[in-house]
Amino acid sequence: MTQDHDAGTRDHQVDRTMLEARLAKTWRTDPGLWGALATVDHKIIGRRYIVTAFVFLALGGVLAMLMRLQLAGPEARIIGPDRYNQIFTMHGTTMMFLFAVPVMEAVAVYLVPLMIGTRNIAFPRLNAFSYWMFLFGGLLLWVAFALDMGPDVGWFAYVPLSGPQFSAGKRADIWAQMITFTEVAALAVAVEIVVTVFKQRAPGMSLDRVPLFVWAMLVTSFLVIIAMPAVMVASTMLILDRLVGTHFFNPAEGGDVLLWQHLFWFFGHPEVYIIFLPAVGMVSTMVATFARRPVFGYLALVMAMVATGILAFGLWVHHMFVTGLPRLGESFFTASSMAIAVPAGIQIFCWIATLWSGTPRFATPLLWVVAFIVTFVIGGLTGVMVASVPFDTQVHDTYFVVAHFHYVLIGGAVFPLLGAVTYWFPKFTGRMMSERLGTWSFWLIVVGFNLTFFPMHILGFQGMPRRIYTYQPDLPWHGLNLFVSLCAVMLVAGFVLFAVNVVRSLRCGVPAGDNPWDAPTLEWATSSPPPPYNFAHIPVVGGSNPLWESPEKLPVASGLCLDRRELIVSSVVEAQPEARESSPQNSVWPFFAAIATSVMLIGSIFTPWAVVWGAVPVFVTLVGWFWPKGTPEDAA
Amino acid sequence: MRDEIAADLSTLPLHGSGTASVTWWGTLAFILIEGTGFAVGIGAYFYLATVAPAWPMAAPPPDLLPGLIFTGLLLVSVVPNMMVARWAEARDLRKVRAGMVVMTLLGIAPLVARVFEFRAMNVWWDTNAYGSIVWMLLGLHTTHVLTDLADTVVLAALMFTRHGDDLRRYGDVQDNALYWNFVVVTWLPVYVCLYGVPRL
Repeated sequence: MTQDHDAGTRDHQVDRTMLEARLAKTWRTDPGLWGALATVDHKIIGRRYIVTAFVFLALGGVLAMLMRLQLAGPEARIIGPDRYNQIFTMHGTTMMFLFAVPVMEAVAVYLVPLMIGTRNIAFPRLNAFSYWMFLFGGLLLWVAFALDMGPDVGWFAYVPLSGPQFSAGKRADIWAQMITFTEVAALAVAVEIVVTVFKQRAPGMSLDRVPLFVWAMLVTSFLVIIAMPAVMVASTMLILDRLVGTHFFNPAEGGDVLLWQHLFWFFGHPEVYIIFLPAVGMVSTMVATFARRPVFGYLALVMAMVATGILAFGLWVHHMFVTGLPRLGESFFTASSMAIAVPAGIQIFCWIATLWSGTPRFATPLLWVVAFIVTFVIGGLTGVMVASVPFDTQVHDTYFVVAHFHYVLIGGAVFPLLGAVTYWFPKFTGRMMSERLGTWSFWLIVVGFNLTFFPMHILGFQGMPRRIYTYQPDLPWHGLNLFVSLCAVMLVAGFVLFAVNVVRSLRCGVPAGDNPWDAPTLEWATSSPPPPYNFAHIPVVGGSNPLWESPEKLPVASGLCLDRRELIVSSVVEAQPEARESSPQNSVWPFFAAIATSVMLIGSIFTPWAVVWGAVPVFVTLVGWFWPKGTPEDAA
Repeated sequence: MRDEIAADLSTLPLHGSGTASVTWWGTLAFILIEGTGFAVGIGAYFYLATVAPAWPMAAPPPDLLPGLIFTGLLLVSVVPNMMVARWAEARDLRKVRAGMVVMTLLGIAPLVARVFEFRAMNVWWDTNAYGSIVWMLLGLHTTHVLTDLADTVVLAALMFTRHGDDLRRYGDVQDNALYWNFVVVTWLPVYVCLYGVPRL
């Protein structure tokens, strides 16, 4: 076999037109449903992932508006307490597990291979599997909700409330198993990104030349790998307690309810940084492009991201300050919670320095960056406040905390994400988004957001607890609540306008060309949208900002085969080329494997035996997935 | 932008072995995920032991024999496992085939001992929290033995087909051996927890 492919046509033996035609054939996704189910193109899967995550954002947003409708006045009767419990649980769960984490990983699935100059993500079939698992997990949650089986125990499902004694029926199990789906999906992508970044970088892209978004995703992926097993163990324990009568969380038989909180927050706090660090990467990328200079303090930014990643694991107890833990432990977690403000501060100052010393061009993406910096600093300040135990004791479980984490998550992650969508939209689609509509939606969202969430700090000080479905007229909250609900309409209007902009630009936006922003990173070296093979020749990198250092011509490597999917594997630190490795062909087996896994997981909500008989189809589909088919890609 | 040829990579091998193999790195990443899972499980074990007034709770310590047999079989299996990996590196198809059959048997044998191990815990999963965590740790590890056994069986079968004599397959055999070593190594702290800690 080796001989055959060594004898096959190489990229330097044909002219450009033939080269592109041959590569397009080798890397194609077949048309039709079968082709759509079988594709392993990271761009198609990334696009699906992004769109699906935004659909979940919209659904979560509808739930938020229902809550605001209910809370607009005292003693409202629009939504009953049971439905309200489901709605706030679904809102939090959807936003965290079906939107925030997946959308960040989705952007990485699309961009990381392009930014590091390779042709597909590592383990592309696992990537397809990951998307289907994410989709099926989301469908499980939302179909259950439609059947009045939606979880109603809060997005962190504290025991004993979520345990067998206080949550009869299957609602809590739906939540716990949705965790399994989304964590499997997230872990799969994390593994792909780690291996892609370590082993598939373009020749010459040593670690000190890796784009900051890619660094951010590398650190994020390690966070996913180390944090998510904790919540999978926890949710498995919860299912076992509920299904087969184990006693992990049952104090009457030696279990402990705080074990749940420890396990959940050991995952749950890093989760915040799993959402935030990709945003740091997006902001660092956009700041450099729009300041028209390399980012200030590259090394400091990388070190700050790594430090954030490490410190993220020393913060979880600050979610548990009112559980009566030992004072010394609380002091430690106060100190580390405040310490994480240091790397965050370093990042902020690096971005400001970049803008200060550059020649900023205030296009919509940079507007989002500025809004992010301001909003995130406010959210960070309230974060330092709640890191203090006496203060936290006062505001715990009030709207102050709701305000705080919406500032951090929307300001810290959604604003940069909207900027990133605007920034990379031309690469995704070949067309620019409208600046005019973009500016309008920017102001509507930023102003709407602050008017909606800032008053919640005050409501918290006035003692309004989270998760109440209504309140009495004699409490001093209704004025602000009505104001918040009205301003939320403005926020939604901004999001709707953003969506309109996306749809309109998709159809009739200005054609973008390869590099409309004059950006320095490799994804802009190929056409918009990129061809299935990403690059006709794999780039060779000589600096941190390749397209600025060599604006006219792109140094590339030659000698790759055209008749098998081939990419370059390179060394971890220096990115010295090591092999011309093949990348797997399209396959429908990951889709079947995801269906089989879903059947097993959903079945196991109802009977433990589903794990036994459900494992058989999973095994069969995995064998189908991995068994060699005799294509050129299978040979070595 | 114009492409300019700056390097010729036509002499590179068609497949990366060892640290140049993406599946080797992928295996390591999965080992990190599952290793974290074990660490969390063991952490939960000690957490429950700390809050309990007595450990083990309302049960005698586990019987030693099945666990000893299981551990002994696992430790013994490391020797042929390493040999298979070495043969795979040397691309010795005949020996790899034989080795994979041996490793399949050495995957099944501990499972027999494992069945008795569950009984030897002297507690059921639904007796109390001690029983729950003990069964969970055993279950978690058993899942890993089963997963690797399934992988070994499929790979052993593959080695007897026309796809066997292939650099990529030999790499798979090496990765599979690496994963089995992981299954053995993670068992040791779990073994100490399950059998040693209740005797302290």
